[in-house]
Formats: sequence, structure tokens, C-alpha cells
Amino acid sequence: MHIPDGFINTGVAMAANVVAVGGVGVCMKKAADTMEDRQAPLAGLVAAFVFAVQMLNFPVAAGTSGHLLGGVLATVLVGPWLGAICVALVLLVQALFFADGGLSALGLNVVNMALIGGLGGYVVFLALRGVLPKTKSGVVLASAIAAGISVVLASIGFWAEYALGGAGEVSLRAVFAAMVGVHALIGIGEGIITGLTVGAVMAVRPDLVHGARDLTPKLEVGPARPAVGG
Amino acid sequence: MDRKNLWLFVIGGLIVVLGLAFFASPYASSSPDGLEKVSIDEGFDATAEEHALAESPLADYGVEGVDDEGLSTGLAGVIGVAITFGVGMILFGALRAVRSRRGPDGPAEAPTSS
Repeated sequence: MHIPDGFINTGVAMAANVVAVGGVGVCMKKAADTMEDRQAPLAGLVAAFVFAVQMLNFPVAAGTSGHLLGGVLATVLVGPWLGAICVALVLLVQALFFADGGLSALGLNVVNMALIGGLGGYVVFLALRGVLPKTKSGVVLASAIAAGISVVLASIGFWAEYALGGAGEVSLRAVFAAMVGVHALIGIGEGIITGLTVGAVMAVRPDLVHGARDLTPKLEVGPARPAVGG
Repeated sequence: MDRKNLWLFVIGGLIVVLGLAFFASPYASSSPDGLEKVSIDEGFDATAEEHALAESPLADYGVEGVDDEGLSTGLAGVIGVAITFGVGMILFGALRAVRSRRGPDGPAEAPTSS
């Protein structure tokens, strides 16, 4: 899903760079306002995990592979703002060090995978949490389904960018059908990996899963015990 | 105690991530991904330009000079994980410091400059 330079014309790519910088800027502001201390190392771990698992392309159909995008995985684990930043960070490292995803297309990729896939996917996750049981399994299922949908949303993001500034004389309808079709398959893999990962963290440290905070009773700190020192 | 457990979790997680990056990445499918495949099928793959940093020592997830393909991919994965985690710790630590300095309920661990 990493767009190379050239697929989308410079005007649309630059507009996407502006949107990406603005969007990630808002995420940083919101993260700085709301994050907990312990989320700093967790977010670093989540970003590293997304980087590693993005390398693990799995076959989806004849001669086609897919890999985790990680938007829902990251936003469910560390919250929407830090999660979207994690994905954007991975995309930055990939473009700068691994020649994966064009440099001028970085904004397009951030918009599709961090903002649409991450923040958009998190909205889908919240909606699913609203209708699924308030249990650990409900959280895992919501994250898996939202992850699958997020990949299709990101692929539609590419299609919209292609419709605005795509090079070549290609039928937009054909590109839409092909993108959504193959990414629905990749989305199944995304859902399985996300569900397994969120499930594993829920099993070990459910208190660390941002998207399941409502399930863990808050530790009573404060008036129950007299403060010591200062 | 909670902080110690948190770091146990993070270090344990990092070991898993490094293991995936080193041992699993050489076995990843090398078929074109969804977007690449669509661009080939629909005939706009030729519009892709070569990456501006295609000559970089880690380009395409390999380490320049390491001939063994699996080892090269695995090492690139480990280096990528290290870069991502390192930059992430700096970035997220900075965000936390911003929060602590101005947040109403943040702990007073941020340096007060006056």
C-alpha cells in the first residue's frame, strides 16, 4: 500500500503533505494533552512492532501479497493520537531508510495509513465497541473487524487520490474495484493479526490496552491512603 | 513495582519484535503487494519513479554488502526496529515532557527553568 513517487501528480501529493503535517500535528498536540507517563515506552514498542510486522508480507491471492498496516492495532493499544503517530513514524523511517514509499508521496501514505487507517479505523472500532459485549472478547473482536475495514478504507483513500491526480489513462471504476477487492482480502489478514495481538496483550496486561480501559477498574489512588513524602 | 512491570513488558515485547524482524522477515512473501498488483493489472505501474534514496545502504530492506539474502533482510529488520524504537522513544518522551510541563495534573518531574 506504500505509494511510490510518480503514481499521483505533484499537486495532489503536496496537498496530501500539507494534510499529513497538519493531521500529525493535531495528533501530537492531543497526545501531549492526554497521554499517560507509561504510554511513552509503550508507543515506542508499538511503533517498533508495526515496523517489524509490516515486513512480513503474507500471500493473499495468486501472485499477490499483503502486509499489516497497523492503524487499528496501534490506536487500540495506545489510543488514537499516539497510535496514528506510531504509524506515521513507521512510514517516515521506511521512506527515509528503506526506500519504501516515495519521499514526496510520504504525505499520501500518512493520510491513507495513519489518518484514514489509524484514526478512521479507531472510529470504526469505537462504533463496534458500542454494539458488541463489554468483555475482553468484545474488544478483541471489535479490533479485528475494525482492522479489516480500515485496510479497505485506506485503499479507498488511495483511489480518491488517484482519481484526483493519478497518472495515466486508467478507468477509475476498474481501479476502485481492483483496490477494494484485493484489500478486502488483505483486510482479513490485518484483522487476524490485529485480533491475535490485541488478544495477547489483553491476556498479559489488559490494563495497557487503551481501547479496553473501560473494562479495568481504576486503581484507587488518593484519599484512601494518606500521601507519603512530597 | 508497576513501573518495573511496565519495563518488563516493554523489554519482553522488544525481544519478540526483534525476533520477528530477524527470524521471520526472510520468509515473507516477495510477491507484489495489493497496490503494486493493482498498478500492474491496470497498467499504471510504469508511472512509478525510482525512489530518490534507492541507493541508500538499507534500500529495499537489505543491508548493503551482506550477500546472504536472508541474513541481509533479517539484519535490515533489526536495524529498522532499532531506529523506529529509538526515534519513537525520543519523540514520545518529548511529548510526555511537554505534557508534564504544562499539564495541570502532570507530575513535577519536568525541569523548571527559572
